[in-house]
Amino acid sequence: MHINRRQFFKVCAATVSGSSLATLGFSPANALAEVREFKLTRATETRNTCPYCSVGCGLLIYSLGDNSKNAPAEIIHIEGDPDHPVNRGTLCPKGAGLLDFVHSPNRLNYPEYRAPGSKEWQRITWNEAFSRIAALMKEDRDAHFIAQNDKGQTVNRWISTGFLAASASSNETGYLTQKIARSLGMLAFDNQARV
Amino acid sequence: MTNHWVDIKNADLILIMGGNAAEAHPCGFKWVTEAKAHRGAKLIVVDPRFTRSASVADVYAPLRAGTDIAFLGGVINYLLANDRINHEYVKNYTDFTFMVKDDFGFDDGLFTGYDAEKRSYAKTSWGYQIGPDGYVVTDPTLANPRCVYRMLKAHYARYTPEMVATICGTPKEDFLKICGMIAEAAAPDKAMTVMYALGWTQHSQGSQMIRTAAMVQLLLGNIGVAGGGMNALRGHSNIQGLTDLGLLSNLLPGYMTLPGDGEQDYQAYLGTRALKPLRPGQLSYWQNYGKFFVSTMKAWFGDAATAENNWCYHWLPKLDKGYDILQVFENMHQGTVNGYICQGFNPLASAPCKVKVAGALARLKYLVVIDPLATETSEFWQNHGEYNDVDPTAIQTEVFRLPSTCFAEEDGSLVNSGRWLQWHWKAADPPAEAKSDQAIMAGIFLTIRELYRKNGGAFPEPILNLTWKHRQPEEPSPEELAREFSGTALKDQTDPKDPAKVLLKAGQQLNGFAELKDDGSTACGCWIFSGCWSEKGNLMARRDNADPYGIGQTLNWAFAWPANRRILYNRASCTPDGKPFDPKRPLIAWNGAAGAWTGSDIPDYSAVSPPANGMGPFIMNPEGVARFFALDKMAEGPFPEHYEPFESPLAANPLHPNNGKARANPAARVFKGDWASFGSAEEFPQVCTTYRLTEHFHFWTKHAILDAILQPEQFVELGEDLARKKGIRAGDSVRVRSKRGFIVAVAVVTKRIRTLEIAGRKVHTVGVPIHWGFMGMAKNGYITNTLTPFVGDANTQTPEFKSFLVAIEKV
Repeated sequence: MHINRRQFFKVCAATVSGSSLATLGFSPANALAEVREFKLTRATETRNTCPYCSVGCGLLIYSLGDNSKNAPAEIIHIEGDPDHPVNRGTLCPKGAGLLDFVHSPNRLNYPEYRAPGSKEWQRITWNEAFSRIAALMKEDRDAHFIAQNDKGQTVNRWISTGFLAASASSNETGYLTQKIARSLGMLAFDNQARV
Repeated sequence: MTNHWVDIKNADLILIMGGNAAEAHPCGFKWVTEAKAHRGAKLIVVDPRFTRSASVADVYAPLRAGTDIAFLGGVINYLLANDRINHEYVKNYTDFTFMVKDDFGFDDGLFTGYDAEKRSYAKTSWGYQIGPDGYVVTDPTLANPRCVYRMLKAHYARYTPEMVATICGTPKEDFLKICGMIAEAAAPDKAMTVMYALGWTQHSQGSQMIRTAAMVQLLLGNIGVAGGGMNALRGHSNIQGLTDLGLLSNLLPGYMTLPGDGEQDYQAYLGTRALKPLRPGQLSYWQNYGKFFVSTMKAWFGDAATAENNWCYHWLPKLDKGYDILQVFENMHQGTVNGYICQGFNPLASAPCKVKVAGALARLKYLVVIDPLATETSEFWQNHGEYNDVDPTAIQTEVFRLPSTCFAEEDGSLVNSGRWLQWHWKAADPPAEAKSDQAIMAGIFLTIRELYRKNGGAFPEPILNLTWKHRQPEEPSPEELAREFSGTALKDQTDPKDPAKVLLKAGQQLNGFAELKDDGSTACGCWIFSGCWSEKGNLMARRDNADPYGIGQTLNWAFAWPANRRILYNRASCTPDGKPFDPKRPLIAWNGAAGAWTGSDIPDYSAVSPPANGMGPFIMNPEGVARFFALDKMAEGPFPEHYEPFESPLAANPLHPNNGKARANPAARVFKGDWASFGSAEEFPQVCTTYRLTEHFHFWTKHAILDAILQPEQFVELGEDLARKKGIRAGDSVRVRSKRGFIVAVAVVTKRIRTLEIAGRKVHTVGVPIHWGFMGMAKNGYITNTLTPFVGDANTQTPEFKSFLVAIEKV
């Protein structure tokens, strides 16, 4: 079956991650004509969206490793998605450097804690983090929750703890965060759109 | 954006002002290039700096930072004085004919009802005249001096080209040339698009700048048409989505609003939001507010939300005032905030007046930072030498830093500027122990919930009853959450015409917001997103880029809110009798045979309402038309008026030289202690503006080695005149001071920043890019917001980052 690259991607679009088809021997004819296989042909291709500005450029992320227990995926390359109607395969200088964001040495790896007056971080477990944060939040909420204002009106608000939400997190994260914040009675609640 | 990125290719004229798309949104700017190359479109750029957008413009004009209302008000004056407007459009689709209340007025820079003590207006006179039939009184002859058209014309008659030159410093001939080009777009078959960004929002009168441009677009008949619109180029990848989902102090999902303290009665709360039509035959779509609200409460509180308890209305917090970021940092500064959680947000770098923000953070009992990267905020307590000179032992805040995933390590959707919800897929696991944001939020929430279940505490009901139907409670999946905000039938939904016919079974996904009910039988977490995950599947993941009409709508690519409509108000692209204003660029048209509106886009309108019904295209407004007269919706007045930035080189507003109250925005909120932090022109003579570079994205990309190599070191830009005056040469180290602090950086001396002639004197501008800080792989630098003032727009409280005063000197 002869198909070109563009048709190939259209077929692949029917699946979440198209290159499983490639592993079945179903790949564009011109790729098979290569003398030496590109590393990318062995990579898993995943569709994503650039996390920087709001153009929402389509990305293709390439990773090696088949995600089996001993072969976790390692992202090796990111480029613009040629099928995307807005960016049509292009990326700007920021998008072109995305691989270095993913692999930045400044990525955080573990939950950390800085004690009052301390000059350093200490590594803690997630359980320790959740327990201590939850205890601090509950203590503050219980002490300062305003059920009624001085006119006796029901107001049910908690304004002594605030929350700033991410502007690059997904809708799903944002929705969950909104639900949680309001269930706690939070009003000191904003996202990056404010600034 | 009312329109979307690809649609820019349909424009005949592009105005970039209050933004710099070529550098801040490069891959979207490509569509400007496309319009220029293939449509012969012209590009106008108006900006204090000769940007890369300006470098490919047909016409560039400079203006002083913060004077955009004066410039655009001048354009309005030109269009009205020369009668270069789309008459059929303004008469039928705007409030031109509407009569304004007799007691409304404007006197020397202030509208009626001003209270100088409170710095706010009593807005009772800011309204239309309402007749005995309950509808707005109109004057179709447009002769009455109280009709909106006449009042608009009178208001902007003061904005002469000479006044524009005096305030903005824009040469008169440049201004008139631009007016002439813009006027061409009043032809029914010509479209201008306006592209703006933070260069408009970040002013103490930013919202009104945007409104003024929208008014220009309405005069030209350019809202709702292909290649037209008001196009906000949002700053971050999902700032649109988070706003849509209501993650702002006063919002609920889908632009519903939280109640105020006074709104103790649920029906009264609905009544002020579910507005009845103000003109005959209008849709006034917010009449459905109750359906959206009840469905959200069912999504959040499930069976606990009942008709008897008004769907848990009182479980929502009520507002005594807005708690925007500036208000919260003010409270923190005053010592009334104990805890703060920063999820992917770096306020030490992003919020104004670093000294105040850092001092406020140090007064917290606890701070939680959730981020993929080590941010400045997470280390506000750490001494980083001259860039963060603090004593950790004196800071008693407990700080938690929790590692989260980045885009490449999660599934989910983001909303781009064109309102497209686009799904993305996980490519790899996150590093080490990093968790998804959902897992982190769940971890904190479920631990709190367990404490309330075991020990009780203040008002536990909403916490205990929050819906949590996740297969893995500790890690709610993006799929489950997306289905929840898209909406689900809780009971069988039957056909209103045939109750025996079941359209949707309980548990099935809704097709869209038209199916929402206010009887508790539907749940939908965000009504404007409704239908993004229907029984057809995840429509946000669609990848068919076919464009059958060749006009760039790609209706089967992802999902656009609302209801997959790609161009908002698209009914306005047709004449009142339903024919496209421009037959070469039709979006929709009335199809008599089908009895419906059809075309390349989904109608943003009642799809079967024939033209003869006279329903207006602006279906969210109870009038059915667009407003020049903003009623009581804006803080500082129904018509935008130019005010000076809080820090300005001018002692008075040239429009109101003798009224000190009308110098800066009279309705902007200034905290008591902050008046003293504003500098004077005597001490700080230079105008300063801040901005982004194309190689960097805010404070993140300095953590990525490629970007750090491209722009490794902090610099500031100044024009040649100022450099000569100050003895500064390119490459010198300079100190830029404001009343609030200083930064030291390398000087770039450039022809791209001109000296302007303002009110008879020379005014220089200093430009400061924002990207540096004391974390990351680039060379450390000063946080730019060390310089910026702690005051925001009167409506949005977005800080005035774009125009303030500094002094510059060689170190």
